[in-house]
This record gives sequence, structure tokens and C-alpha cells, in this order.
Amino acid sequence: MGTGTGGDDSLYPIAVLIDELRNEDVQLRLNSIKKLSTIALALGVERTRTELLPFLTDTIYDEDEVLLALAEQLGSFTVLVGGPEFVHCLLPPLESLATVEETVVRDKAVESLRKISQEHSPVDLEVHFVPLVKRLASGDWFTSRTSACGLFGVCYPRVSSTVKAEIRQHFRTLCSDDTPMVRRAASSKLGEFAKVLELDYVKSDIIPLFTALASDEQDSVRLLAVEAGVSIAALLPQEDLEDLVMPTLRQAAEDKSWRVRYMVADKFSELQKAVGPEITKNDLVPAFQNLLKDCEAEVRTAAANKVKGEVLPEDSRETIIMTHILPCVKELVSDTNQHVKSALASVIMGLSTILGKDNTVEHLLPLFLVQLKDEYPEVRLNIISNLDCVNEVIGIRQLSQSLLPAIVELAEDAKWRVRLAIIEYMPLLAGQLGVEFFDEKLNSLCMAWLIDHVYAIREAATCNLMKLVEKFGAEWAQNTIVPKVLGMANDSNYLHRMTTLFCINALSEVCGQEITTKHMLPVVLKMSTDQVANVRFNVARCLQKIGPVLDSSALQAEVKPVLEKLATDQDMDVKYFALEAISGMYLFNLPTYIFSETFSFSSILFFFFSFSLSP
Amino acid sequence: VPAGIVGGGRVGGGNDFQWCFSQVKGAIDEDVAEADIISTVEFNCSGELLATGDKGGRVVIFQREQESKNRLLSRGEYNVYSTFQSHEPEFDYLKSLEIEEKINKIRWLPQQNAAHFLLSANDKTIKLWKISERDKRAEGYNLKDEDGRLRDQFRITTLRVPVLMPMDLMVEASPRRIFANAHTYHINSISVNSDYETYLSADDLRINLWHLEITDRSFNIVDIKPANMEELTEVITAAECHPHQCNVFVYSSSKGTIRLCDMRAAALCDRHSKFFEEPEDPSSRSFFSEIISSISDVKFSHSGRYMMTRDYLSVKVWDLNMENRPVETYQVHEYLRSKLCSLYENDCIFDKFECCWNGSDSAIMTGSYNNFFRMFDRNTRRDITLEASRENSKPRAMLKPRKVCTGGKRKKDEISVDSLDFNKKILHTAWHPKENVIAVAATNNLYIFQDKIN
Repeated sequence: MGTGTGGDDSLYPIAVLIDELRNEDVQLRLNSIKKLSTIALALGVERTRTELLPFLTDTIYDEDEVLLALAEQLGSFTVLVGGPEFVHCLLPPLESLATVEETVVRDKAVESLRKISQEHSPVDLEVHFVPLVKRLASGDWFTSRTSACGLFGVCYPRVSSTVKAEIRQHFRTLCSDDTPMVRRAASSKLGEFAKVLELDYVKSDIIPLFTALASDEQDSVRLLAVEAGVSIAALLPQEDLEDLVMPTLRQAAEDKSWRVRYMVADKFSELQKAVGPEITKNDLVPAFQNLLKDCEAEVRTAAANKVKGEVLPEDSRETIIMTHILPCVKELVSDTNQHVKSALASVIMGLSTILGKDNTVEHLLPLFLVQLKDEYPEVRLNIISNLDCVNEVIGIRQLSQSLLPAIVELAEDAKWRVRLAIIEYMPLLAGQLGVEFFDEKLNSLCMAWLIDHVYAIREAATCNLMKLVEKFGAEWAQNTIVPKVLGMANDSNYLHRMTTLFCINALSEVCGQEITTKHMLPVVLKMSTDQVANVRFNVARCLQKIGPVLDSSALQAEVKPVLEKLATDQDMDVKYFALEAISGMYLFNLPTYIFSETFSFSSILFFFFSFSLSP
Repeated sequence: VPAGIVGGGRVGGGNDFQWCFSQVKGAIDEDVAEADIISTVEFNCSGELLATGDKGGRVVIFQREQESKNRLLSRGEYNVYSTFQSHEPEFDYLKSLEIEEKINKIRWLPQQNAAHFLLSANDKTIKLWKISERDKRAEGYNLKDEDGRLRDQFRITTLRVPVLMPMDLMVEASPRRIFANAHTYHINSISVNSDYETYLSADDLRINLWHLEITDRSFNIVDIKPANMEELTEVITAAECHPHQCNVFVYSSSKGTIRLCDMRAAALCDRHSKFFEEPEDPSSRSFFSEIISSISDVKFSHSGRYMMTRDYLSVKVWDLNMENRPVETYQVHEYLRSKLCSLYENDCIFDKFECCWNGSDSAIMTGSYNNFFRMFDRNTRRDITLEASRENSKPRAMLKPRKVCTGGKRKKDEISVDSLDFNKKILHTAWHPKENVIAVAATNNLYIFQDKIN
């Protein structure tokens, strides 16, 4: 890897890259930074160390995205500076990046520092890396001190016991820093740091820090200690948990601040796993009941998400849920807050697999029915989207009487996003309710969506039909939906006529050659004389789409003449798409001059407009 | 505690001092351009920087010069450090409303590295600005010569890595984040929380909580908008976070009350934890009672124990532990009580005066009319009226206390109420967080006064 001499052509692109490191255009600078390894490779290890890195160390004025890319690049730069022997050369630029105010950049710099720490020899680690960590830890600004928090864990296992003691001391200092930013960073890294410490030090050093952070005056610090508690609990032998961790965790579950209690609820599964079945049964279950009854809706929402109790001890899971959790769940079903009910609705169906058929019918079914009638569409949707869990246990029929009104109401909801959501569950519902029920009750809904006044709904309805055919088969399609779809070809509204074409696009493949050729193709061909140009060019696109399903005789005899005629249409977009179809299907050998540039660009623009303008 | 922190009236004795003129910024012209009117003044946490915002959407930052030994007279003067256009006039097409560029509030963030950060807000949008210094410049291109001429491609025989060279100090202000689209009404307050990661912004009816790094969402923590706007009886006039407890904030209302909320209790703070209200004196009730009791500013003391509120005629200091009445009440310009009718007619009665604490919470300052501003010493209960004026603007000139004549006979040196100029109002003042340095915005001029120990 020399630097090349004498008008080397290969230098030019590198020269451009180097100059563009300082281009006024951020995008070009970013581009250059992302190719930093190319530059370094061309410069060679020596010049990379002595010239490029010093330059980069001072380039911290740049935009965040450039700095972020730089921080990332430097993480895998070891080979480019000459291997592990010289890896410490990367520390100065990463150190300055670890002090910028932008969190994403700092975090990336820390990530890269962690990465290259592994490439330091134990000696280099103590000579170069640890001093950097100490500098950051005692920096004037909290940005550098927050970055330091993430670096203790990676060097601790590989240094001498004297240095270890220093590192522990630095970490302790940061845990009682003046600024909440640093205490938060320390709190969030406490668990990670605990993992690399010797068990004795976990007990003597980490536990007091954990207790202090968990009772910090700022709740933003306390809430992070909860997560650390989970990691620490997992490290300690069972007999120490009660004395060392549980008092603090109990206190967190009853914290004055809802955000801390929220954190406990949110981390509940991890917590159970960390403390084991005994403590869970005696301690956490009562705490969980309180969280489910919390006065703050955010906390109840987080707790409601955990009612399945995935990590409860296998043997007592059913009893615990039946006796302790279910009574709370029953209250949550009629909670005043929609988010709580909605969170519950997304998991409540999962309880049926745990509780079995009889309990589900007796206890859960009434709750499902209440939620299916909830005033908020999101609650009903969440129940419907999880029907499969119940289906496995008791069969969906039990629910169908209440299900139908709920579905119909959602299907006709005034908000199109709600309608869109229920359409997406149609194939699932159809599969579980069976073809008869579907034909009888839901088919008309599916057809009604095809003429919805919102394009997104019509589009989803089209896609839905395709999925239904995949489920129920081509014969079903021919008898139930194809006639209705084709009937819309004569509608007076051109948007509905276009929907016919979009349906055919979606259905031809799943319906197969026979139905496509016999029933769909004639309709499409007939529409080629539609008075609305948008319909005509969609005929061309449709023909191209269904072409592969048709046999070649139909293509030659029926499709070709129509496309040729459309290719001479007065409307240039129709012309464009007809020619596109002809060439796309390799039907004919067309002279290339037909594809002049004059209309293609505007046509494409128009094409996009025609969609965005549809109501 | 030094006696007589408000200084002025008395010379000699202990730590007494006099307020002296230090600097005045802004044009002298009689015609004042609307855009030049200062709309907010704020020192940063160390007092080394002083920011002003104006009706033209500009932010000007002054930096205190290092005190030099050989120039004893210049005791840390403030000079322009950076000027930038923070907000531009906009038009809301959906509501057919003009959005003024006027800067309503500036708040500095605690310093986190060599750069400085501030939040500036107009009626609708809050922006986070970074003010940073640059003293190095990269030199040396591969494709260009020193004089900027392009070099031929074949002449490139070696690669040049740019080198950083020292250059004249350059101060850059760059917008880092824009917090928009969260306020339907006009933003009256922004306040950075003591957790250093969130801040709140308040408009007439709502208060939002933002994360400083997240611009696309904020949490609505207070909403007093009634379902039917015809039932609206009260608006939010100001809001501030507690200086130490990151879960506590207060907001004041047009009815003269203050609510203290605890964010630990619930995600929505529609229910307050404390409600500060002074019972109305039925004997002084009049048509204007409600208007003049509206609170125009609320500020926590640095200690976090007290808060101060400003209404039209007075400043009140409240102990957070006592909700039923203020612990101290200071009359700012009681002599205007008889003039409320004409102040209502010329709209002055709706002026929003701000107030501020000194660094040790022992004195408070607020503005008045006729370019007068008032200071109250909380320990001695002494007060003083000073004037921001160019007349006595020689460096180190002592400020003479002013007196407004309230009785029948006007004494020498007194000004009669009728001759007060109501167009010259001091709405915005700021007190250096550690020293006796104050910044007073008088229309388009910024006056800086300092103490002089006798």
C-alpha cells in the first residue's frame, strides 16, 4: 500500500474523496466519511496515523450525521492504522467524539471505543485506554462523564487489581455526580458493570450504589435503577436476594412517582425471571396486583400487558392467575382509560391457553364479549386480531354471535384507518369462521369495501379478495366474488370501473388460467373502449399483468389487437402504457423509435397524479 | 446577608453599595423600529453570557469581557458575541393567521460542553440553538492550488491530507432542533427542567412536556381548554419548572392563582397538588379587580423554597409551604390604582411585566412605566425606584433614586403621576446569577448596571 507516485490515475478518486471531507455539501462530506477506509488504505498505515487521524480528531464541528458516521467508521479502523499494536492511535478522535453534545454521536463513539478496547493488549489497555476512561470520568462537562459510564465494564476484567480498584472508585464517584445526566448514565450502566465485577464486590460496592440510585431525589434516575436491579438480582445467589435487593425493589414498586412504578410494571417479566419462583409467588404477585390497580393509567397499561405471566412457575401458574390476577383483570375490562383496555385486549386472549377450556368458557368468554362491545375501536380490534389463541382452545363459534356485530361496526367505522385495520384481519377471520359463515355474513362487507370512497380501503379490499381466494379456492371465487367484481365494470363511476381492473390484477393468478381467460379477459377487453382515459390505460396495465396467466393463442388473437389499438390512442398516457405492455410482454418486435423520450416523463408524472387525486 | 442589596439611597455602612451605569446597547434614535424592540432578556447559568430576543425574531448574545488588570474601569463589560435570526415570520395557511417572528422567551440550557445552548420561542415554535466557537480551519486541497485554481488531474502525484491551522475566532449559531406543531395558542413560557433532559412549554390553555432530544412528539401535561370555548374563564399566563425537584412545576392564571403540580402523581397534571390564592379583599373590589390580579410572571427562587408572582400593581413572594397567602407583598406602582380607567383605555393594563430574583434570593426586581424599574430588598424591606435613561449614561455614574409624587404637593426631584410616560415601559429585566449586575430592557435599548461598593 504505497502512496503512489508520478501521475497515478488511481490517486484521483482518492484525492476527490479527501477534498470532499471538507465540501460544503453535507451529503458529500458524509459520503467521504463513509469511504474513510478507502482513504486510509490509499494513504497507508503510517500517514493514516500521523496525518489523517490528527485531522479527524479536530473535525468535531461537523453535522451530527457526519460525526455519527465518523464514530462508527473508527470502530473498525484497527487494521488501517497498523493492527492491534497501534490501535491506541484511534483513541484521540474517539475521545473528542465522546464529548460532543449529541447523544447519538456520543453513544456511537462509546460503542466504537468498547469495540476497539478488545483489540488492546492488557498492557496497552492500562497505558492508553484506562487513562482515557479516567480523563472522561473526571471531565469538566457532563457529556464526557456520561460517556465514561459505558466504558468501565469493558476494561475492568482485563486490568490489574490496583487498576480495578481505581475503576471501581471512579464508578462510585460518577454514581453520586452532581448532574442527573451522569447519575442516569451510571444508573443505566450499573447492571452491566455489576456483571463484570467479582461477586464480593457486587455485594460490597454495587449494592450500596444500587440502593442509593434507587432512592435518588430525581425520579428519572430512580426509574433506571429498576432495570439495574434486574441484572443485579440475576447475579446474586438466591439466599442474598431477600436482604440485598428485595427491599429496594419493593420500594420501587410502591414509589411515589408513577414513572418508577411504570418501569417496574414494564420490566415485570424480567424481574420475575431474575428473582426466581419463590420470591415471585410471595412478593411479586401481590406487587403486581397493586400495579394492575394503580391510580395512574400508564402504569395499569404497562401491567396489563403482562397479565399472561409468561415466566410464572409452571406448576402454579394457573392457580396464581385464577386466584390473584383474574380478579384484577375483570376490573380492568371496564377501566376508564382506553389505553389500559386496549393493552388488555391485546393479551387477554392469550390467557385462554393457560387456563384451559372450562375456565375460558366460564371466566374469560364473558370478558371477551364485554371487550368486543367496547366503545373504543382499538379495543375491539385487538380482540379480533388475537382470535386465533381462543380458536385453539374453545373454537371461535362460541364468539361468533358477538363477533359479527363488532366486525360490522368496525367495517363501517367513520375513520378509514379503523376500516383498514379490520380488512387486514378478514382473511384470518374467514379462515377461522369457515366459508359458510363467511358467505352468509361477511361477504357483503368485503364487496362494500370495493366501492369505499377512500382509495386505501379499495386497495386493501382488492388485496383482501386475493387472500380470500387463496383460502377458499378458485371455484368459490368463480361463484361468489368474480361475478360481483366483473359487474362493477359497468358502473357509472369510473373509479369503480378501475377497481374491477385492480381486482383482476390481483385475482387472475390465484383464479388460474381458465377463469381468467373465460370470464375476466372479455371484460377487460371490452373496457378498452371506455371513455375515460384512466380506465383505458389501466386496461393496458391490466393486460400486461394478466398476460402471464393467459395462453399464447389468447394473447395473439385477443390481447394483441387491443393493445395495438390502444397504442394509437389519442391520449398519450394510454399510448405509453399500451406500448409498455407490448414491450413488457415481449409480444412483438417493435421498432425502438416508438419509445421516444417525449412523453415518457410527463406520463409517469401523470400516472402518479391519477392515483393521488382519486378521492 | 449584605444590608441594602438594593443599594442606592444610602451611602456607607457595611456592604452597602450604589447602582452604577455600565453600558447601554441599541440605537439612540427617537424613532424606534418595531423589530428592534427587545422582547426578552436572559443571563446564562454562569452569567458570562446575556441573551436578548426582539420583535424582529433576532437573538443577540453578549459575552462578558475578561476583567483586565490594566483597565480597571472596564469591569467586565458585555460585548456582542453572536447575533442570529432565530425565527422568521410565517403564515399559517390552514387558519389564515400570521405567525409573528417575535421572540417570546429565551432559556439557556445548563452548559454541557464547550458550546452553549439556548431555547428560543415565538408564538408557536421553539428552537434549540447551539452557539459554538471555531478557531481552526482546514487547509490544503488535492484538486486545488493554494490560490484556488484547479489542478490538472495528471499533476496529482501524491495525496495531501488537510491540516488544521489556527484562524481568527469565529462564533457560530446553528439551529439544532425545531420543536413545532404542538401549540394551538400562543406560547407564553418555556422552562428547562432540572433533570436536564426535559423542558416544558406553556400556551394560553395547555402545557406540554418535551424531551430535549425529541422533536416529533411532546406530552400534554395540562389542558384547561373547556369543551365549550364559551365557558372559558381562565387562561394560563406563565409556567416554570422547579429549580431542583424535576417533578414539580407551577403555572399561573389570569385569575391571579397559581397551581403547583407534581408529575410523579400522574401522567396528566390536570389536578394540581397545591393551589396558591390570596383571598380577595371585598372592600377594594372594582371593575378592574380581575384584570389587575392576572399574573404576568412566575419565578421560583434559586433555593426552590419560594416563588414570586407579578400582577399588575404588585409583586408577591409565596412560600411553597403556604398556600393561603403570600409571605411578602411589594407594591410596584400603587399610585396607578387611581389611573386604572385610562390605563384600561390605552391597553396598558394588559402589559405583562416580568420579575426576577437576585442570585441569593435576597432581592427582587421588576419593571414599571416611564423607564422606571423597582427593586425590593427582602431583608430590610427597603425599596428603590431607578430609571434606565441615557441622560446619566457616563461610565460608573451612580443612579439616582427616583420618586413619584403621590400626595398633593410635589417635592423637588419628584415626578407627578400625570407626567409619567406610559409608552416607556420596562417589561423585561434580568439579574446576573451570582453578581450585582442587572440587564434592563427599555424598548429597543438594553441597559446594564453594576454595583459599586463604597
